[in-house]
Amino acid sequence: MHQPVPLRGRIWLYALAFLILLFLVLPVFVVIPMAFSSSRYLDFPPPGWSLRWFERFFTKVDWYESMLVSLKLAVATVVISTPIGTAAAYAIHTGSHAFFKWMRNLLLLPLIVPHIILAIGIFYIYVRIGWLGDFTGLVLAHAMLAVPFVVTTVLSGLRSFDMNQEMVARSLGCGRFDAFLRVTLPQIKGSVLSGMLFAFVTSLDEVVLGLFIAAGHNTTVTKVMFGSLRDEIDPTIAAVSSMLVIGSLTIAFALMILGRDRKTARQG
Amino acid sequence: MTSAAWIEAGAIRETRDRDVVQAERREQLMLALLSLPALAVMAALLLVPMAWLLGLSFIGDDGSVTLANYTRLFADGSLFTSMALTVQLALGVTVICAVLGYVLAYAITLMPGWAQTLCLALVALPFWTSALVRTYAWLVLLQRKGVVNKMLVASDIVAEPLHLVHNLSGTMVGMVHIMLPFMVFPLYAGMRRIDGDLMRAALALGAPVFYAFRRVYLPQSLPGLVAGIVLVFVLSLGFYITPAILGGGKVMVIAMIIERDVNLHLNWGPASAVAILFLVSVLGLFAAIGRFLSVERIFQGRG
Repeated sequence: MHQPVPLRGRIWLYALAFLILLFLVLPVFVVIPMAFSSSRYLDFPPPGWSLRWFERFFTKVDWYESMLVSLKLAVATVVISTPIGTAAAYAIHTGSHAFFKWMRNLLLLPLIVPHIILAIGIFYIYVRIGWLGDFTGLVLAHAMLAVPFVVTTVLSGLRSFDMNQEMVARSLGCGRFDAFLRVTLPQIKGSVLSGMLFAFVTSLDEVVLGLFIAAGHNTTVTKVMFGSLRDEIDPTIAAVSSMLVIGSLTIAFALMILGRDRKTARQG
Repeated sequence: MTSAAWIEAGAIRETRDRDVVQAERREQLMLALLSLPALAVMAALLLVPMAWLLGLSFIGDDGSVTLANYTRLFADGSLFTSMALTVQLALGVTVICAVLGYVLAYAITLMPGWAQTLCLALVALPFWTSALVRTYAWLVLLQRKGVVNKMLVASDIVAEPLHLVHNLSGTMVGMVHIMLPFMVFPLYAGMRRIDGDLMRAALALGAPVFYAFRRVYLPQSLPGLVAGIVLVFVLSLGFYITPAILGGGKVMVIAMIIERDVNLHLNWGPASAVAILFLVSVLGLFAAIGRFLSVERIFQGRG
């Protein structure tokens, strides 16, 4: 039997793949030992261990307050972007008019337009209407960034759902919204949940928009981090980073489980 | 059937058709209303700001309508230097990602099922962690007394620690790290669909390995590769955080020029003009490519 890659070649290939995977994965975890370092410099491996950077995080107002702002912002972004994104995805999926195709492209635009351009455009408008550092302004901007993720994940869920089921419910006298809530939604809830998690992470990790429009008491944690990285490195950033890494990996793990459940549900 | 009955039946059918058409129209209208909130958010926070920038870009220092912001851009050489740098950086990142991504995606397709799942999860892992955190991690790794330099010196590869960060190469490393998953996912999705028997057939018929790869495998993996290249290239053009931190002020990409102009000039015309030029190029690129690939398909790699 002729193998496309003979065994020896395959070992080389796997070794290369392993190195590339190391390149991808290791830097993510470097921040965790840094967070427990006793040194105030970027020594790696750390010369000794301490909890001082966590202590500093929880005692220094700019750090933990900005973290609270970011978390609140991420939750608000999920609350806004999930229903409007799901409704739009439903319309795109069931609508036959050319308008919906055009609309889908519009709703995906935030994925393409460089964030710096979005940031200054929104910044100039917020300056005009006095919304700089305003929480509502931040939530709306983040919701705009998150909608495409909700739309694409919910759309992919709807594509694997048989819309005739909703039709059946309606022909048996169920109202349209009721049919959606009781027949369609339970079956696409995995996708909706994935969309929510995407929206959450998108908001939490967003930097560039925050640099321009977050200010004062509504400064995001990523803005504080960016400032600390560019000016002088405050090791507290390692503690914050490791918390962010653990948080987002937990979310990613949840998503993987969701994905697996969806797959097995389809097979079953 | 009498002709009167024919006419009657026709009339009934017509009204029924009209009802159907009306119901269909109502349905489409209802769906349009459903998408209204999302459209409103896009209009208010994406379309209006872009239109606003476009308008501002034509307003001069004295508040009059003028092309001065654009003519100044073309007269000022620094914009072209930074455009060239941005394109170079994006190209470099794209080429490195294409090579590393191709090897990795191909290796993954050869693995048994459980290993494929594990490796894909590992590729997605950095994807989920904030770009800012990863940029910080690279700062730790690449600095003068960082791990990479310590290893290089200890193994006698270099005598002196190298300048790995606060320059173009450091920026590239950071950007490749962020963009690589965007390359691997579309490549893997395409490669998984390639029938392995085709390669086996080519080899069994006596084709040398490289020839078989070039004529049989590569053409079939091309769509995924193109999708990955487009995505990585266009997204790399817009990078701001990584060049700002890992470039140490030496890598002035377009995004940094825009940021500098916003803070430097009291009037907003110049920054808006750069932003509009930049936006037009990026959207133009996507429109040109969109003829072959839908944006959604390109982005499907995520998740």
